[in-house]
Amino acid sequence: MSSPTREKTLSTDRLLSLPQKRRFEITRWILLIVGIYVAAVVLNLLIFNEAWDWPLVWSYLFSQRIMLGVLNTVWLTVLALMFGLLTGLIVCLARLSRFSVLRGAAFVYVWIVRATPPLVILLLIYFLGVLKPTLGIGLPFLPYVVEWPTNDLITPFTAAVVGLSFYLGGKTAEIFRSGFIAVGAGQREAVQALGLGPWTALSRVIGPQAIRVIIPPMANEVVTMFKNTSLVSVVGFAELLTTTQRLYATNFETIPMLTVACVWYLALTSILMVGQLRLERKFGRGFDRRVFRHDENQEFGPDVPVTVAVPLSESINQKGGVR
Amino acid sequence: MNASTELILELVRVEKKFGSFQALYGVDLSIAAGSVTCIVGPSGSGKSTLLRTINGLESIDGGAIFFKGELCHEEVRGGYRVPVSRTKSREQVLNFGMVFQSFNLFPNLTALQNVMLAPKTVRGLSQSEAKQVAKEHLARVGLGDKLGNYPNELSGGQQQRVAIARALAMQPEVMLFDEPTSALDPELVHEVLEVMRSLANDGTTMVIVTHEMNFARDIADELVVMADGRIIEQGAPREVLSNPQTERGRAFFAAIGEQHEKQVS
Repeated sequence: MSSPTREKTLSTDRLLSLPQKRRFEITRWILLIVGIYVAAVVLNLLIFNEAWDWPLVWSYLFSQRIMLGVLNTVWLTVLALMFGLLTGLIVCLARLSRFSVLRGAAFVYVWIVRATPPLVILLLIYFLGVLKPTLGIGLPFLPYVVEWPTNDLITPFTAAVVGLSFYLGGKTAEIFRSGFIAVGAGQREAVQALGLGPWTALSRVIGPQAIRVIIPPMANEVVTMFKNTSLVSVVGFAELLTTTQRLYATNFETIPMLTVACVWYLALTSILMVGQLRLERKFGRGFDRRVFRHDENQEFGPDVPVTVAVPLSESINQKGGVR
Repeated sequence: MNASTELILELVRVEKKFGSFQALYGVDLSIAAGSVTCIVGPSGSGKSTLLRTINGLESIDGGAIFFKGELCHEEVRGGYRVPVSRTKSREQVLNFGMVFQSFNLFPNLTALQNVMLAPKTVRGLSQSEAKQVAKEHLARVGLGDKLGNYPNELSGGQQQRVAIARALAMQPEVMLFDEPTSALDPELVHEVLEVMRSLANDGTTMVIVTHEMNFARDIADELVVMADGRIIEQGAPREVLSNPQTERGRAFFAAIGEQHEKQVS
């Protein structure tokens, strides 16, 4: 505690030679103590509670059955993501189409998906055979040209893939749409004025800008969908949760088995989140705060614009060497 | 200028409505190949709308637009005029290069990529050809050293010059400028106008909507004054400026003159 007068009497050199130190704040210490306490409670619950039975968890974590369940979950996620995102993109483009039939169909699709819980969708698809014993190709009210028994087509696996894709398609269609809406009309006009084709416009200009807006809600939806794979246990597809349930149905180690599942969900979600971070970096280019990269050719400070354009004759000379 | 009487663009009785608001009332305008036409007028007079009808960004509700004597953006089918197919529309639009007030550069692409994109994907140039073309055009607008910069790393004037290079790289027959300097800070206007001046000296056909009266007087072969969706004055810039034929024209130039004096004093 030095008095102000004493500070003033210090010479500048002396002042500058003083080492810097962080200010003492009581709040920091209180928070630290509370934090340690909470961590201790959680650790106590996690580690020193016999019911977790960590050795058992560990012994099952990489067991063959669990690994098979993890593999099935990942495989199901990948397939449902692929079909779901594709469906979502198509439905979104249909919603933005200039053809009213496409707009209407897409709207109805989104409406139904929103109105139906994913669990119900899965069950409905799984039990489709009751509603319609055969599936085939043909015109309405006429006999099919070719047909298959529904129960041959709808296995637990296909029901899971179709159900989750169907659900994800409806949810992500709206996320895609929000992205496209967010891209300004000026960009669309520039695309039009340059005569860019619809595919180029989507893949090079509108898409990359839309993706930037889409990534956070999309990542949310993808993680939700990844965990929604656990719903598939109702149709009996042996993904991670179903496997775990079957295990504790026989060994009665409910909590340890569920912990095994949780550890895997945590690990896989972390991977997805790393993916999100990478995508955000990639598509953030050109949008981040005005950052001037170092430029050797620039004589002035970065913020000083070159006020006179190089006249045509000079620019040609520059290219062809000074003459 | 040796503006031969060969017409490259003809607008005949062009009408445009936005709902119940009529933006253009039967506008006639002829553009000679190699000429520079400046369109001025108070805001809301329909200048930008007129420009945007030329490259089809706005459809028209009456009249017709002819490019090199052929009907543009529409075709006759079974006794009706119908919009051309999307494919054809994209071909026709390539006759015109557009420079927007707000630049509309693609923010996710670098300056070089912005200029390369259309030559590569629309004209079908190879990556290296497109790169070469883009570099040439960026050098032409004095930005040969900014190839790798993203638009948000460039000043407004630099962004607009990239936009000009982007339009030029498609080698359009007519360059359209929609208030190219209106979104710029005053000290950045000059560099963009200099680039446009060099284009004019090269014999590029240009239609420019602008508020820069001094620039218009210097550069234009034809000065067009619009008000309330009509052309009210038209002719050689010095004649139009020194001897406006209409009351509205006189009022407009008087208002601009006052603004200038205010700025000077």
